Amino acid sequence: MSYFIDRRSNARHKSAVNRQRFLKRYQKHIKRAVEESVNRRSITDMERGEKISIPGRDISEPVFRHGQGGRRTVVSPGNREFAEGDRIRRPHGGGGGGGSGEGGASSQGEGMDEFAFTLSRDEFLSFIFDGLELPHLERKQLADMEERRPVRAGLSRQGVPARMNIVRSMREAQARRIAMRAPIRRALLEAQKALEEEERKDPVLRHPGRVRELRDEIERLEKRLEAVPFIDTYDLRYNHLTDQPQPSNKAVMFCVMDVSGSMTQNHKDIAKRFFLLLYLFLERDYERVELVFIRHHTSAREVDEEAFFYSRETGGTIVSSALHLLDEIIEARYSPAQWNLYVAQASDGDNWDDDSVQCRQILSDTLMPRLQYYAYVEITPHAHQALWDEYMCVQDRYPERFAMRQIVQAGDIYPVFRELFKSRQSGQEART
Amino acid sequence: MSTSYRPTHDEDFLGQGSDWSFDDLEYYEREIARIAGEYRLETYPNQIEIITSEQMMDAYSSIGMPVGYSHWSFGKQFLSVEQAYKRGQMGLAYELVINSDPCIAYLMEENTLMMQILVMAHACHGHNSFFKGNYLFRAWTDASAIVDYLVFARRYVSECEERHGVEAVEQLLDACHALQNQGVDRYKRPSPISAEEEARRQQARESYLQQQINTLWSTIPQLRAVDAAQGTDDVLGLHERPRYPSEPQENLLYFIEKNAPLLAPWQREIVRIVRKLAQYFYPQRQTQVMNEGWATFWHYNIMHRLYDEKLINEGVMLEFLQSHTAVVAQPGFDSHWYNGINPYALGFAMFSDIQRICTAPTEEDRAWFPAMAGSDWLDTVHFAMRNFKDESFIQQFLSPKVIRDMKLFALLDDDQDDMMEISAIHDDRGYKRIREALSLQYSLSHREPDIQVWAARIHGDRSLVLRHERTQRRGLEASFSSVMHHLYQLWGFPIVLEVVEAGEVVDTHHWPQNFE
Repeated sequence: MSYFIDRRSNARHKSAVNRQRFLKRYQKHIKRAVEESVNRRSITDMERGEKISIPGRDISEPVFRHGQGGRRTVVSPGNREFAEGDRIRRPHGGGGGGGSGEGGASSQGEGMDEFAFTLSRDEFLSFIFDGLELPHLERKQLADMEERRPVRAGLSRQGVPARMNIVRSMREAQARRIAMRAPIRRALLEAQKALEEEERKDPVLRHPGRVRELRDEIERLEKRLEAVPFIDTYDLRYNHLTDQPQPSNKAVMFCVMDVSGSMTQNHKDIAKRFFLLLYLFLERDYERVELVFIRHHTSAREVDEEAFFYSRETGGTIVSSALHLLDEIIEARYSPAQWNLYVAQASDGDNWDDDSVQCRQILSDTLMPRLQYYAYVEITPHAHQALWDEYMCVQDRYPERFAMRQIVQAGDIYPVFRELFKSRQSGQEART
Repeated sequence: MSTSYRPTHDEDFLGQGSDWSFDDLEYYEREIARIAGEYRLETYPNQIEIITSEQMMDAYSSIGMPVGYSHWSFGKQFLSVEQAYKRGQMGLAYELVINSDPCIAYLMEENTLMMQILVMAHACHGHNSFFKGNYLFRAWTDASAIVDYLVFARRYVSECEERHGVEAVEQLLDACHALQNQGVDRYKRPSPISAEEEARRQQARESYLQQQINTLWSTIPQLRAVDAAQGTDDVLGLHERPRYPSEPQENLLYFIEKNAPLLAPWQREIVRIVRKLAQYFYPQRQTQVMNEGWATFWHYNIMHRLYDEKLINEGVMLEFLQSHTAVVAQPGFDSHWYNGINPYALGFAMFSDIQRICTAPTEEDRAWFPAMAGSDWLDTVHFAMRNFKDESFIQQFLSPKVIRDMKLFALLDDDQDDMMEISAIHDDRGYKRIREALSLQYSLSHREPDIQVWAARIHGDRSLVLRHERTQRRGLEASFSSVMHHLYQLWGFPIVLEVVEAGEVVDTHHWPQNFE
C-alpha cells in the first residue's frame, strides 16, 4: 500500500536553525575571514555573499577511530598488473587509503583540509557590521517630524467607496435586518395564528369579515417584511485612516572628497571603500538612502558617482568650498526635519592654510547642529596639517557626532570603520 | 483514473519523456508493487513525499530524519551539502528513504519520470523490503516508533535549551556525539524504542537514577596519599575492593548515563537520546553493501520487467540504463574518481551473481557453493537478505567470479616495512584470502577501535579507566584526545586511556594531561 504526499509547498529552510547555530559557533573564524575579505575585495562587489573557509581541524567532530600505522590489509578493486607477492613502494601521503571500504568516509574526517561554505549577502553584511551601531540613530523627535503616513484608525460612516469595509458593512446590515424584521415577524405570526384559529372554526361560526381582515393584515405584513432593505446606506462602514507623524526613515549620505592634484587614484580607492562601507551600513538601518557626491579642489561641485571617483582634476585645495555647497544642498533639498543627514569626508589633509579656520566655523555653527553624524578620514602617511587641528576643535565640541580618523593604507579602512561605529555599549564595556 | 489509462508504446504518451504527473506516479507505483509482490518483496506501507531540492538538502543534513533536534553539526552538514550542490560538484541523491513504518521516501520534484520510477522501485520496494526483512533491522530498530521518538527527542532537547540554555545543551550534545559510535551494545539486543513509553517512564527514571547514583558514589573519595600507603598498612583489606564494573563495558554512553556521578537528570536523558539514535543507525552502518545491493538488484529487475511488459519504452529504458550504469560504476583503485569500494557496485554484483549461480551454475560454482548452485534463486536471495550483514554476507556469498570481475586484490601495509606487499589477487590462491580480508574490512569490530570501560575507580580518585584493545598496532587517530576531553566533561573526573595489545598495557594516556 502506498500513498503520495506533495510536500513541495511545505516550509523550506528547516535547517535554518542549525545553520544559525553553526554560524554562531564559528563566529570568530567567520569574522576573521570576513575581515580579510573586506580588505581584499574590489570596491564594487560588496553586494554579494562570501565564501568562507574554516580550517578543517577547528571544525571536525572528534570520534575514536583508527589512525594511520600498524599492520593492515586493504582490499581494493581494479588490479591490472599486480601479482601476488609483488612489493611496491608506499605512496606519499599515507598508506592504505580507504581502510573502511566505505565511500564518503573522507567527507567527514581527517581527509578534509578546509571546510568551505558560502555566506549569503545578508549574513556577510551582518558579520561585517556586527557590534557596530549608527550613532544618533534615535529618531528625531516627533514634534519636528513633517513626514506623515496614513494609518488605519477604526471605522467611520463616511468615506470613499474604495475604502468600504465589506465585512463590517454586511454585519451592520444583518443586524439592522434582524432588528427591523423582528416586530413585523412577531405581528405576522400572531396574525397567522389568529387566521388559523378562525379557519378551524365551524364554517357557520366563522366571521367572514374577520378572515378577510386577517388576510389583508398578513399580506400587508409580508410586504413590509420584504420591504426591509438588504443593505442600506445607513449600514455602510468605511476604513478610517488618519495621518500620523512618522519618524523619518530615510537618510542621505554626502560623500565629500578632495580631488586636488595631491589625491592619487590610490587615495580615491581607499576613500571609495570607506564610503561604500558607510553606505552599506546606512542601508541596513534606513529604508531609503540617497547619495550625494561632492568633490572639490579650489571649488566644489556636485557630480555623479562615476565622475566622483574617476575623473581627474588638479589644482589647489579649498575645503570650505565643499562645506558651503553641502550647506546649500541641505537647504535646498534635504530638510533635516525629513532626512537623517550623514556626511563622510575624505581628504589627504591638504588645505589652504587660512581656509581651515573657516571650515571649523562652518562646521561648528551651521552644519553640525543639523547632521546626524560627520565622519572625516584623512588618508595620509604624513604628519597632520592645519585642517586636522581645526577639526579637532569641532570634535571637542561635538564628541558624539563628529569623528575623525587617519588611514594610511587600504588595510586600515575596515578597522577604522569599526572603531568609528563601535556600538557605544560595547565601547563602554571596553573602558570599564 | 479509468482502467483504460494504460500507457503503451504510443509516441504521444511516452514520447513526452521526462515530465511526470501524480497520475503517472500512482500508476507506476501500482505496477511496481504488483511486480514486487510477484518477487515476494514484503514492505511496510510506503509514504512517498514529493519535495524540492532545497527540502532535499534539509533532509540530507538531518541524516534523512524528518524531524531532529537542533545542533550546529547539522548546520555544518547542510552548508557543505549546499556548497557542493551549488558548485555542481555533487548531484543530490535522487532519493532518501527512512526506516520507519510507514516507510517514508522522498522524491525530488526535479527528477524525470524515469527517475521517479527508478526511485520508487529502488527505495519504496528495495530498501523498504530490506528494512522489513533483514534480521539486524528487526532486532535493533522499531520502525513504527522512530518518528515518534524523534519528535520526543526534539521536544525534550528544545525544552532543555529553554531551561538550561542553548550553550549548555550544545556542549553536552558535542560530548555525546563524540562517543556515539561507542553507544551501542554490540552483543546484547536492546529493547526497541517507543516514544510513548519513553515520555511516560522518563519522569520516574529521573528520580530513580539519581538515587542509584547517589548510592553508588556514597563512599567518601579517598586521598591518593592513602592509596599510596595502602600497600603496607591495609591489613583489613579496606582498599581491596572488586573492580567496578566487574565486566568491561563496551557501551560507553550507557555507562555514562547510568554511572556518571555528576550529571543532572536532564543531562542523563540527553545522553540517552543520543545513544538511542545511535542504536537506530547501528544496523545501517553494518549493512551498507547489502542494503544498497539489494535495492539496486531489485530496481534493475523491476525496470526490466516494466520494459518487458511494455509499460515503459526504449527511451525511458535507455535513460534508466545510463543512470544505473553510473550508480554501479566501480572506478579502479588508481583512478582519480576512486573513493573506496562502491557499495552499490559490490552489492549489486553479489546479488546478481547469486541469481546467476542459482540459475546457471558453472563447475566452479558447484565446487564453491554446492548447496546454492541450481537452487531456487528467489529463495536464495531472500535468504541472503534476511539473515546476514555485510561482514557475513561477503564471507558467505562473495564468489570467485565477482572477485575476478572486480579485479579485487589485497594489499598488506605494515608500517614496519618500507614496502607494501600484494598479499592476494584474483586467482585460485587468492580468492579465499580476499574474501576473508574484505569481510574483515566490513566488520564493525575491525573497522572501529575496540574501546571499553575497564574500571571506574569509585573508591579512589573517581577517575575512569578505558581500555583500547589494539590489534596489529593500529593506533587511534590523533583526535582521540579531544574525545577524551569530551568524556572528561561527561564524567567529571579524570580519564585514563590504556592501550592494550596482546594482553599487555603498551601505552597510557591521561586527560587532563597533567593528571597521573
